[in-house]
Amino acid sequence: MPENQVLVEIKDLHTYFFLAEGVVRAVDGVDLVIKRRQTLGVVGESGCGKSITSLSLLRLIPPPGRITQGEILYYKPSAGDNGSVDVINITALNPNGREIRDIRGNQISMVFQEPMTAMSPVRTVGQQIIEAIMLHQKVNKAEARKRAIEMLARVKMPKPERTIDDYPFQLSGGMRQRAVIAMALSCHPHLLIADEPTTALDVTTEAQILDLMRSLQNELGMAIMYITHNLGVVAEMAEEVAVMYLGKVVEQTDVKTIFLEPLHPYTQGLLSSIPRLDESIMRGEKRRRLQMIKGMVPDPYTRLKGCPFHPRCPKVIGDVCDQVEPASIWVRPGHMVRCHLYAEAVKSGPAPSH
Amino acid sequence: MPDLMPQSSPASSEPLLVVEGLTKYFPIRRGFFKRVVGQVKAVDHVDFYVQEGETLGLVGESGCGKTTTGRCILRAIEPTDGRILFRDPKLGRVDICKLDKEQIRLVRRNIRMIFQDPYASLNPRMTLLDIVGAPLRAMGLAHGKELEDRVAQMLQLVGLRPEYMRRYPHAFSGGQRQRIGLARALAPYPKFVVCDEPVSALDVSVQAQILNLLEDLQEQMGLTYLFVAHDLSVVAHISDRVAVMYVGKIVELASTAELFSSPKHPYTEALLSAIPLPDPRPREKRVLLTGEVANPANPPSGCYFHPRCSYAEEICKTHEPEFDEVTPGHYVKCHFGRELSLTGVVRMPDR
Ligand SMILES: Nc1ncnc2c1ncn2[C@@H]1O[C@H](COP(=O)(O)OP(=O)(O)OP(=O)(O)O)[C@@H](O)[C@H]1O
Ligand SMILES: Nc1ncnc2c1ncn2[C@@H]1O[C@H](COP(=O)(O)OP(=O)(O)OP(=O)(O)O)[C@@H](O)[C@H]1O
Ligand SMILES: [Mg+2]
Ligand SMILES: [Mg+2]
Repeated sequence: MPENQVLVEIKDLHTYFFLAEGVVRAVDGVDLVIKRRQTLGVVGESGCGKSITSLSLLRLIPPPGRITQGEILYYKPSAGDNGSVDVINITALNPNGREIRDIRGNQISMVFQEPMTAMSPVRTVGQQIIEAIMLHQKVNKAEARKRAIEMLARVKMPKPERTIDDYPFQLSGGMRQRAVIAMALSCHPHLLIADEPTTALDVTTEAQILDLMRSLQNELGMAIMYITHNLGVVAEMAEEVAVMYLGKVVEQTDVKTIFLEPLHPYTQGLLSSIPRLDESIMRGEKRRRLQMIKGMVPDPYTRLKGCPFHPRCPKVIGDVCDQVEPASIWVRPGHMVRCHLYAEAVKSGPAPSH
Repeated sequence: MPDLMPQSSPASSEPLLVVEGLTKYFPIRRGFFKRVVGQVKAVDHVDFYVQEGETLGLVGESGCGKTTTGRCILRAIEPTDGRILFRDPKLGRVDICKLDKEQIRLVRRNIRMIFQDPYASLNPRMTLLDIVGAPLRAMGLAHGKELEDRVAQMLQLVGLRPEYMRRYPHAFSGGQRQRIGLARALAPYPKFVVCDEPVSALDVSVQAQILNLLEDLQEQMGLTYLFVAHDLSVVAHISDRVAVMYVGKIVELASTAELFSSPKHPYTEALLSAIPLPDPRPREKRVLLTGEVANPANPPSGCYFHPRCSYAEEICKTHEPEFDEVTPGHYVKCHFGRELSLTGVVRMPDR
């Protein structure tokens, strides 16, 4: 079976929130491809639409939010794993219907940033994992408990036979996150959406959890959509990276290229604003100022004309970037960027706005 | 306890802050009579000093006592034991642990704290004028028009428009709120600022703005920082020296360059190797810590780190190591600190 088969394809997704103060264009034309068994890292500034993209994929958008345009196609591997797929249009499903509930938590599951919100505080870890297993698999309670203990052992939970009867508050942050991962993986999903799963943890615990996710991914052969704004974590986890800005994917390519030859000025700005452990620190030299992206993300109600990044862009082209929204440009197969710098054609004059 | 004071110290280079044997135990109470059944050794005989104008980084796993250390220095909580010597411009050299209420009020003009969470730490019902002006008003430093001018000046200093003075915090982004917290902390022109994870909740581009701002303000106002953070790349960037804490104790302290290039404590080695580096090329060697951080209510015998340490020997289980100065200015609390050859950060080329 080919390794790089597409698992999920998001096409021109728009998810808006209709508030009294105005319309929040949380996701405003996102295109993304998640391949089987691959880790896609999704990065971008706070509020750029990372979480809402992933919640759209599970059809968990709370009102007054709504998917207003676009398509999410799920290429569901068929049971026999003989390489054939069923194509499911997730955007066409009833968000409360049986079909999406069968996908959610079973074929596509999610780990959230704050482990406390994913688990109920009044029920034991075991009760919750067992329930997740019984919801999607036809097994009795004793069998579900056995599988839950197996899963806890797999995430390297110490003494799983005992921990299974603990309440979430009895566990440390790192252990709680392991329990949440065990729950998310208990049905062997094809895709795990991990939304900042280690942001609340310290570096050593984070390193353990990342290591764990990588080895479980190999074992179970799942794809991971890894959302974070920690570029170090992206470098360690992802094979493919999508950079988002104001509701759009502005660049997507493989992890090496993103770090070594980024094209979009926003990606370049992000990379140069991280403090680095480089030779100058080891030599004890006077530290240099960090480079900054000037300005701030505009408030979510305003819609900018042209490229959403142009007011902050150091390479802005006058009369182009503030007029015309750049389309996705494939500079080579496998490297997409939305930026006028890479489109010769557009420079000859403003094209009509969409 | 080793002598942590610099060798030759004329009065002018005397550290701004000297912490000696600082200890904070939280009682664990149970039952109807709230009997004390045990103690959380949150901070346990900690020693360090901070020179004027310097930034000392403080790192370590969650729960190791970083915030508690900072709060003791502010006397926001009562230390159980130890001395905190501070060179106050008005009071002279004082032991913060021994001050009375009125003196604490005075010293808090010069020792301030900024907090991790820019959302929770600002009162949503107060305007920026009230928030930033509160310490000035409480300390009787300014009122009326003068107060407004001072608030306007502080807002400008941290890169916010003075016109925002009448707005409420909800109208601001995370990075802007962190600036508001900074303006509030700096309003009385302090000497010493405890920065408790000031950029942890921010994304990288805003983080860069706040870190640069902290450095600019340090230069302009001659500030001294104790900088607490999880992110070791951030700590390396901003700190002159770094202290590593493990379960209530400082296990290593050295200049930033020394600590990151040649660590001497196995725990520091493990911390450094856990740093996620923004570099997609595969890493050479990685020491993953196994097991969990020790429980400060019931720490292991001997060296607290021995159950997780791959270099541990018999003596580590039975004897607590000294905090030893292995090379000038490089302190380590490990029986084998002078012998082990440990791996620092895998070097990245300069940009
Ligand atoms: N329930 C909601 N109602 C109104 N607006 C919302 C709601 N949820 C999210 N938004 C808005 O949608 C936009 C995208 O939010 P989203 O949570 O996807 O950001 P994010 O990229 O995940 O950010 P972060 O890194 O801070 O988690 C933001 O402007 C946010 O304020
Ligand atoms: N008021 C308190 N009562 C009882 N125990 C406390 C109290 N405050 C802190 N502790 C305990 O003291 C220890 C040190 O906590 P502290 O908050 O100083 O850690 P920290 O290093 O700042 O951790 P983090 O990185 O998670 O912020 C922890 O075990 C904590 O549970
Ligand atoms: Mg989010
Ligand atoms: Mg803390």
